[in-house]
Amino acid sequence: MAELTSLRAAVGSLVRDGDVVAMEGFTHLIPFAAGHELIRQGRKNLALVRMTPDLIYDQMIGAGCARKLVFSWGGNPGVGSLHRLRDAVEHGWPGALELEEHGHGDLSNAYVAGASNLPFAVLRAYAGSDLPRHSDAIRFIECPFTGERLAAVPAVRPDVTVIHAQKADKKGNVLLWGILGVQKEAVLAARQSIVTVEEVVDELEAWPNACILPHWTVSAVCRVPGGAHPSYAHGYYGRDNMFYQAWEAISRDRESFQYWLKRHILDTEDFEEFKRVLQEGMAKEVG
Amino acid sequence: MSAQAAITATEMMTVAASRLLRNGDVCFVGIGLPSAAANLARLTHAPGVVLIYESGPIGAKPDVLPLSIGDGSLAETADTVVSTSEIFRYWLQGGRVTVGFLSAAQIDRFANINTTVIGDYAHPEVRLPGAGGAPEIAACAGKVILVLRQTARSFVERVDFITSVGHLDGGDARKRLGLTGQGPAAVVTDLCLMTPDPVTKELIVTHLHRGVSPEKVRAATGWKIRFAEAVEETPHPSTWELDTLRQLQRRTALAHGRPAEA
Repeated sequence: MAELTSLRAAVGSLVRDGDVVAMEGFTHLIPFAAGHELIRQGRKNLALVRMTPDLIYDQMIGAGCARKLVFSWGGNPGVGSLHRLRDAVEHGWPGALELEEHGHGDLSNAYVAGASNLPFAVLRAYAGSDLPRHSDAIRFIECPFTGERLAAVPAVRPDVTVIHAQKADKKGNVLLWGILGVQKEAVLAARQSIVTVEEVVDELEAWPNACILPHWTVSAVCRVPGGAHPSYAHGYYGRDNMFYQAWEAISRDRESFQYWLKRHILDTEDFEEFKRVLQEGMAKEVG
Repeated sequence: MSAQAAITATEMMTVAASRLLRNGDVCFVGIGLPSAAANLARLTHAPGVVLIYESGPIGAKPDVLPLSIGDGSLAETADTVVSTSEIFRYWLQGGRVTVGFLSAAQIDRFANINTTVIGDYAHPEVRLPGAGGAPEIAACAGKVILVLRQTARSFVERVDFITSVGHLDGGDARKRLGLTGQGPAAVVTDLCLMTPDPVTKELIVTHLHRGVSPEKVRAATGWKIRFAEAVEETPHPSTWELDTLRQLQRRTALAHGRPAEA
């Protein structure tokens, strides 16, 4: 049953050190505010699952939250590398990071398997690829009906899934639209879930086929306007492409990353203060 | 800027790649160079091409090139938007995609694709972004067209890591692996156009872009590249193609503050 609560309280009560945590949103609706809150509360040894780690996991990996990353594409979209992810893989900083690699079709359907309470997902891929040779999490099975050799990947079953959505009503029913990624599947695959939303409304006023997570499938709903920045929230604000480009310089070396992390996340109370500090910094640079 | 301005190598590559898409194609589009070429095709000779992006949009018609694979402009202009799991399950694996349009960090003589690591997997020299949707696209799309810049570092005898399978070690390897798609049918670079030999599946240069010598292609290839018996010049971009591409890039630069394909 969804509890309407603060993001600080939700993270404090639902996420434990060592948990398997999925924070989903495909370019769109990435739960950055929640990622910051996990960093602020000093969560450690997390196994982070996400199709596209994006800046949100680059920040969390650089801040030392992760022991493992399960992913399918780890770049800064349209810009280049995720330098904190690369530093962890190439040099073990700030700690060793175990990688479990997949493809998008594979990982997206591993969430479907998790939501379906099945042990694995099956797909036609990876014949001839080197990925299965370096991963225990991609194996082959024979179809019991046709004998065809197919790839199998284990279901994703997070302890906690975190997503951002446009709206919730006061009961905690959640509505999202636009590019949906695998958020619904990721929430239904998880034991518990946190949803941050742009706004809490009296009525969702949604079409019958709209993508809705009923309140009884969600553990906590938190109102965090702008909580997907610098990704975007369809109908609310656009993607901050300038920030994605600025991240290249911020994240490239450890010192500038640590300075940014301290000033924007560790030394701020919450996402509201983060937004203020970010705006002041941007204003200074532009001025 | 008009068609009189000198054509850049990137423009030549983008136009040459765009021509490989046809009106009836359903194209699964990778970000970057493939996206520029696919949208140029849609805006010129193939207005009926259906563009599918892995984030979920089907029939996307973006006015500017997306910076990322999940930009809002893709959703707003699409015929429908489905979940990512559905895109791969019903639409790609379901056999509805005729062409996969991809790029790569490294390819080899049999057009195998590496986007994972340079060097050893456990101790990489360079950690690349990884697979994305390419392993599934390479397996299931009707055929694959690759677009990438050609250098001796990116065109190697044997890729360090096969992320997404091309023609593996050549011949009928794909058939033996049970792959449903035909695999790479063309590789378009800033220098030339290559297609796999019908039997051996080794990449062979069939067209050179204007002003590019065979020596230049040899120097930019990490194996002893073969040329077709009669190598032709790639048809030069028309004014219409070039103007359309430049207008698209200008709109994109205005929207993102820089060209999306750079």
